[in-house]
Amino acid sequence: MTQFVDRRLSGKNRSAVNRQRFLRRFRQQIRRAVAEAVSGRKVTDLERGEKISIPARDLSEPVFHHGPGGRRVIVHPGNKEFVTGDRIDRPEAGAGQGRGSASPEGEGLDEFVFELSKEEFMNYFFEDLALPDMVKKQLMAVPEIRRVRAGFVSQGNPANLHVVRSMKRAIGRRLAMSGGPREALREAEARLAELESEGLGASAEAERLRAEIERLRARVAAVPFLDTWDLRYAHRIDQPHPSSQAVMFCIMDVSGSMDEERKDIAKRFFMLLYLFLTRNYDKIDLVFIRHHTVAKEVDEDDFFHSRETGGTVVSSALELMAEIIRARYPSSAWNIYVAQASDGDNWEDDSPRCRDILLKEIMPLVQYYAYVEIQAEHPQSLWHQYEYVKSVNPRFAMQRILGLEDIYPVFRELFRKKTA
Amino acid sequence: MNEPRPTDLHPVRSRRPISEGSDWTFELLQAYDREIARVAAHYGLDTYPNQIEVITSEQMIDAYSSVGMPVGYHHWSFGKQFVATQKSYKRGQMGLAYEIVINSNPCIAYLMEENTMTMQALVIAHACYGHNSFFKGNYLFRTWTDAEAILDYLVFARNYVAECEERYGEEAVEEILDSCHALMNYGVDRYKRPAKLSMAKERERQREREAYLQSQVNDLWRTLPAKAAAAKSKKEERFPSEPQENLLYFIEKNAPRLAPWQREIVRIVRRIAQYFYPQRQTQVMNEGWATFWHYTLLNHLYEEGRLTDGFMLEFLQSHTNVVYQPPYYSRAYNGINPYALGFNIYRDIRRICEQPTEEDRRWFPDIAGADWRKVLDFAMRNFKDESFIAQYLSPHLIREMKLFAVLDDEAEEQLEIIAIHDDAGYRAVRQYLADQYNLGQREPNIQVWNVDLYGDRSLTLRHYMHNRRPLGESTAEVLRHIARLWGYDVRIESVDENERVQHVEECLV
Repeated sequence: MTQFVDRRLSGKNRSAVNRQRFLRRFRQQIRRAVAEAVSGRKVTDLERGEKISIPARDLSEPVFHHGPGGRRVIVHPGNKEFVTGDRIDRPEAGAGQGRGSASPEGEGLDEFVFELSKEEFMNYFFEDLALPDMVKKQLMAVPEIRRVRAGFVSQGNPANLHVVRSMKRAIGRRLAMSGGPREALREAEARLAELESEGLGASAEAERLRAEIERLRARVAAVPFLDTWDLRYAHRIDQPHPSSQAVMFCIMDVSGSMDEERKDIAKRFFMLLYLFLTRNYDKIDLVFIRHHTVAKEVDEDDFFHSRETGGTVVSSALELMAEIIRARYPSSAWNIYVAQASDGDNWEDDSPRCRDILLKEIMPLVQYYAYVEIQAEHPQSLWHQYEYVKSVNPRFAMQRILGLEDIYPVFRELFRKKTA
Repeated sequence: MNEPRPTDLHPVRSRRPISEGSDWTFELLQAYDREIARVAAHYGLDTYPNQIEVITSEQMIDAYSSVGMPVGYHHWSFGKQFVATQKSYKRGQMGLAYEIVINSNPCIAYLMEENTMTMQALVIAHACYGHNSFFKGNYLFRTWTDAEAILDYLVFARNYVAECEERYGEEAVEEILDSCHALMNYGVDRYKRPAKLSMAKERERQREREAYLQSQVNDLWRTLPAKAAAAKSKKEERFPSEPQENLLYFIEKNAPRLAPWQREIVRIVRRIAQYFYPQRQTQVMNEGWATFWHYTLLNHLYEEGRLTDGFMLEFLQSHTNVVYQPPYYSRAYNGINPYALGFNIYRDIRRICEQPTEEDRRWFPDIAGADWRKVLDFAMRNFKDESFIAQYLSPHLIREMKLFAVLDDEAEEQLEIIAIHDDAGYRAVRQYLADQYNLGQREPNIQVWNVDLYGDRSLTLRHYMHNRRPLGESTAEVLRHIARLWGYDVRIESVDENERVQHVEECLV
């Protein structure tokens, strides 16, 4: 009567559609949670899932139910002390007094918490940044592996057979194997010719020589033209595609006018460049330089969270960076990327100086220099000087940013190079 | 405990266990199933044929999150359920799925591949013979659900919803479903006997219904302008003339602005609600029954020497966890455990039949000393939780579980203990506990009271208060859902025991 069915192979994710619908419905809340999570993460720590919590109230499904109040009788088990007629105080906030219907998650939880996978998390991150799909794909992809040549091997598949190598080896082997017999053959032939010229072509020795020649010829002919151990195959091995190292400089203005919101935008700007670099390089160093009137190399935490007041001298940061490059990151061994964020303020006389440092000292060394001006009122002197740099150097990119979606265009050139 | 200790009866030497060790194979599953079926037949359990499906834990999470329905339409709330289940499973907060079993013919039960042989046997006994026989025997299931056709109907529902999504957009369908889900508990006729449903019939009838219904609804409203003059005299007449308890049915038939496909979706949710209605009313009975039988069947097999001691130890541990009832002062206390209560009552009935005390003879003259199998079978077939408890909860069990009743009256400063496990309290405790399982008391009693046919077409609902208990804070939100379905203003008013009507909430469109 009983039938057994093995369903283990018939696919799991039956709920995938429902999960997607759930995510879609609470897109706003999830986006907000992701934005908060991003703000709390380090620049290098973008690529993992995240626990997202949404206020449980937002996703409750309302039904009619009784509210507190009125008169009710509840039966409990495990009486150990009460007798009829006892009066007791109400427990605080009805703790432990189960109501008729409990939600499956358990009542009284204010937050509905669940995990976003790494991919989902990245998707929400990208959503704000308005990246083209092509670039998203590129950033989401697993690091590429390139197959590179690695000499020749004696075993492989026929498609990789290296004909020239194999033939060369065959020639060598044939020469080596047939060397002795050929020599003997040549001698025997010479001797036979000699005998024939002397008119002894029918002598017993001539007969013996003829038999010998026959045998030697057969032996030479028996040496195979191409043998299995001649064969050579081109060998290829997997090599992770990004194979060199890069250093990324993050430069940010921390003068009083850079508020939290601007810093947050700047952070995403840095994250995006970092993400791009992780796709192209094995090893990435990060250097954080913050500046007001003087520049200082700091760790990430200080970089984003401490605040100073005072004027702004951008050149101080550029000088410090040039110094660090000279001391620690020779451009022969490192690919150098720079991301600079500021609100556009700079001490008037300093801007031309910045331009000169950039053009003379820095631009020749770096791969790419991206500058963003975040929520600046009007382009100021620094912007104009930088525009000049941009006009003479294609590796320099700059952009004025009002919101998150403006970040991507700065990198447009950078990503296009990669996709081309 | 009145169970004889089986080891005393059968020396280890005479044992011929079905298997040793904890790994299962399909052959072993079959062997256990055969044995359990044999013993179940010995006790007279009448079941649908079984279909046992072996699935992975991921599939089990899937099954969980669609309320155990093997096929369901898509909706975000199932996704939410899925996400929550997945999370707590990953964290190890919950062991997955003791069992999921579907009330259909054949009766489908899931076994999870990660389980040991013992657990598989336990689930087979519990689900495939316990629940299965309950589905087949209990009068509520016999009346309200059609085990033959439910799978077909679910397939029909899923396809229909998918078709609507394609035609009218996911958002539009989702809105309707949201609103219907809010009223799911009010989609059941408690007194009328439902018609059988099946896919072929349903599809054919659905088309006719669509055309017919629409014309009906239009007619209702089309008469408006012409009769405006006569309206005054009719003002006193209410529509519907009698209050209606089945809100979803009323909306399906009368909501003026629903499109035909929306009506059909209301109907689908209503029918599925109806399918689950018996389960909500027989939780204690159903789980208790299945637990009682897995316990009895496996013990019987052990006595026959067909199970090893190791098997029994693992089984008993898991059984004990299931029927554990933490006392009210424990941190683990979360209301009365239906498995424990149900199991205890069935076991107690058997005790009353087999070894009645003088007290039992006084309280249960009919069953004391009778054949326990017949008594148990009768109890399973003819009751729901509420009446089952009112009928069979014995003083013995009240003492054993130390039940007591607490009165929580808003008008009083303190809570009052109104009954405990003593002579004066038995009847009261039993009645209060039975009431606690009365769906009519657990959920607010809300009915359709009136539609303003000749005015603004607004819908008025009435909440009949019980013991002055008010509606909860989500009422306004539910009203918004009703207003979406109805298309015009919706009001709700509460009526207390003295017939005093008071306006609670309204949602204006």
